[in-house]
Amino acid sequence: MAQFIQQLVNGLSLGAIYALIALGYTMVYGILRLINFAHGDVYMVGAFVGYYVGRVLNTGQSGASPWGLDFILGMGASMLVCALLGFVLERTAYRPLRKAPRLNALITAIGISLLLENLGQLVFGADPKDFPPLIARTSYSVGNVVFSNIQIIIIVTSVALMLALQYIVHRTRMGTAMRAVSFSHDAAGLMGINIHRVISFTFVLGSALAAAAGIMTGLYNPKIDPLMGIMPGLKAFVAAVLGGIGNVPGAIVGGLIMGIAETLTVGYLSSTYRDAITFVILVAVLLFRPTGLFGTTTHEKV
Amino acid sequence: MTQQMLKLNWLKGVGFVLLTLLALASCAKKDGGKIRIGVFNSLTGGTATFGISSTNGIKMAVEEWNARGGILGKQIDLIVEDDQSKPEEAALAVSKLINQNGVVAVLGEVASSRTLAGAPIAQRAGIPLITPASTNPKVTRIGDYIFRVCYTDSFQGAVCARFAVQKLGLKRLAILKDVKNDYSIGLADYFRKNAEPLGAQIVSEESYSEGDTDFRAQLTSIKGTNPEAIFIPGYYTEAGLIAKQVAEQNMNVKLIGGDGWDSPRTVEIGGAAVEGAFFCNHYSSEDTSAIVRQFVASHVKKYGYVPDAMAPLSYDAAELLFTAIQRAGSTEGAKIRDAIGQTRDFPGVCGNITIDAQRNARKAAVMLQIEHGKLKIYDIIQP
Repeated sequence: MAQFIQQLVNGLSLGAIYALIALGYTMVYGILRLINFAHGDVYMVGAFVGYYVGRVLNTGQSGASPWGLDFILGMGASMLVCALLGFVLERTAYRPLRKAPRLNALITAIGISLLLENLGQLVFGADPKDFPPLIARTSYSVGNVVFSNIQIIIIVTSVALMLALQYIVHRTRMGTAMRAVSFSHDAAGLMGINIHRVISFTFVLGSALAAAAGIMTGLYNPKIDPLMGIMPGLKAFVAAVLGGIGNVPGAIVGGLIMGIAETLTVGYLSSTYRDAITFVILVAVLLFRPTGLFGTTTHEKV
Repeated sequence: MTQQMLKLNWLKGVGFVLLTLLALASCAKKDGGKIRIGVFNSLTGGTATFGISSTNGIKMAVEEWNARGGILGKQIDLIVEDDQSKPEEAALAVSKLINQNGVVAVLGEVASSRTLAGAPIAQRAGIPLITPASTNPKVTRIGDYIFRVCYTDSFQGAVCARFAVQKLGLKRLAILKDVKNDYSIGLADYFRKNAEPLGAQIVSEESYSEGDTDFRAQLTSIKGTNPEAIFIPGYYTEAGLIAKQVAEQNMNVKLIGGDGWDSPRTVEIGGAAVEGAFFCNHYSSEDTSAIVRQFVASHVKKYGYVPDAMAPLSYDAAELLFTAIQRAGSTEGAKIRDAIGQTRDFPGVCGNITIDAQRNARKAAVMLQIEHGKLKIYDIIQP
């Protein structure tokens, strides 16, 4: 039993990271009907910003203070840089295609993804880097179950960011505008909402969340490389589909399910199926509930 | 421009390309009486320290031979190809070395999976290939042109098993292997085959894939079976991370690894978590024999750091190859092959090398322990 709970703890930490990435996918889809395939690579950039902040602060092997300033600094810098990156990407790559067919934007997204991956290899180097310990690791035991402070930080930070997102979407003017734009671009535009600004803001928000996921992954599994965003990006995309793409709570639940499913598969079956389980889930969702767990079917009027 | 002129220009263009190709091809065949030796190694990518260290060792041997006047009175021209730590690139690199550069022999790859990809090309072309450090038994079975100067995993697996069971007295052992890596799978098998007859029990065997960063699910399963030690026959890229996650889970186990751990990065990544861990290796830089001390001193002088085992093994491979070419008195593939095969008691930095009928080297292994971030000799095991 202790072993099962331990696997759940491991899965929950992984799932929280997937959920943070999935939120970016689902928000952009909700507003633009665009699957932003470059999102996983924004997460990679987030991890690398954290890496360079750690290098500058020179935390060394053992790490800084347990609940330290280094982590908050790294997180802040990385969310800021990625928010900017999201803004620039939307402005330069997606906005010019606003009136173009949807497929063009999708192909552009794949192009941007490849660009970021290869640019990353050029700028950061292709070999894996050790992520600096922005926080000293400690472990706590409850019975036979062991938590590390990093796992607690991941879960607490993710929940805090998700609550903040819920607040922004449901309680602020910008959030109301976002929901209006996702309902209908034209109607929202006629009501005086600046659609471009709302879309930019969505990208900024999603990219900042991906950055947070990136830096926490770096802390949790301290080895990062420019291609690290590909698999988590795909898995988070499946998580978003599982929860019902375009649905914010759905992305969170989807991410957690994906993380737990993956950990249980590796723990009780074999690590060979680690990535396969993701796509089994995707196929199952598409077969049995194409709208996802929380999605609603919309009937097109003729 | 008329139609005819266009056609003429086109013909000229083709003629020019053909001439250039011919000129290049003849360049490759003979160039100023130099002997071309090819190297393929991982200079970038996941296991870059292996390739860099190995190539440095080979370069030392080349410089020494060239300073003494080369082989058969000809200077050695070393051509190094990077395979980016990928098997498919390794195959490309070997065919490039042989077909474009016209090398007479090939040295390389540390990793078994990449030697297994590159060696069949050398075998088909009839060009001898010596791998410095690929320990998987399948490597030299590819054909009669493929040799190695290190021990095989059947020996290394037996050494690790005997060490764990007899020397440390451990009875409950777990294995965590890389299923995408021929070396790791082979070593894990030989460890199990040797440990069980000695009275130990393999309580758990889990796996991961090269490039994974999260091993908690596997480690949680292993922890549930309550082992005394975990055997991790992987590469340094994952070994350090695994050790960290073992420590994080508060598991009180000994860690044992193979020669894939031999990189300064194991200690860099693993830090306190790899303290006290053991791994099997080809040599120790602390060995007091004259040949090791001399090698370490000249390596430090040239590169500024104490070498891991990949450098002396590759140095040995290069020395053995050059001596064989000298003895063969020819750069013909078959003659070099026969000369390599006749090597007996060749004094290498990593021990004396005798090439057996299966083209493998019979040598001693060293068990090292990580202590305060340094590698200490714990035990030497003879074949």
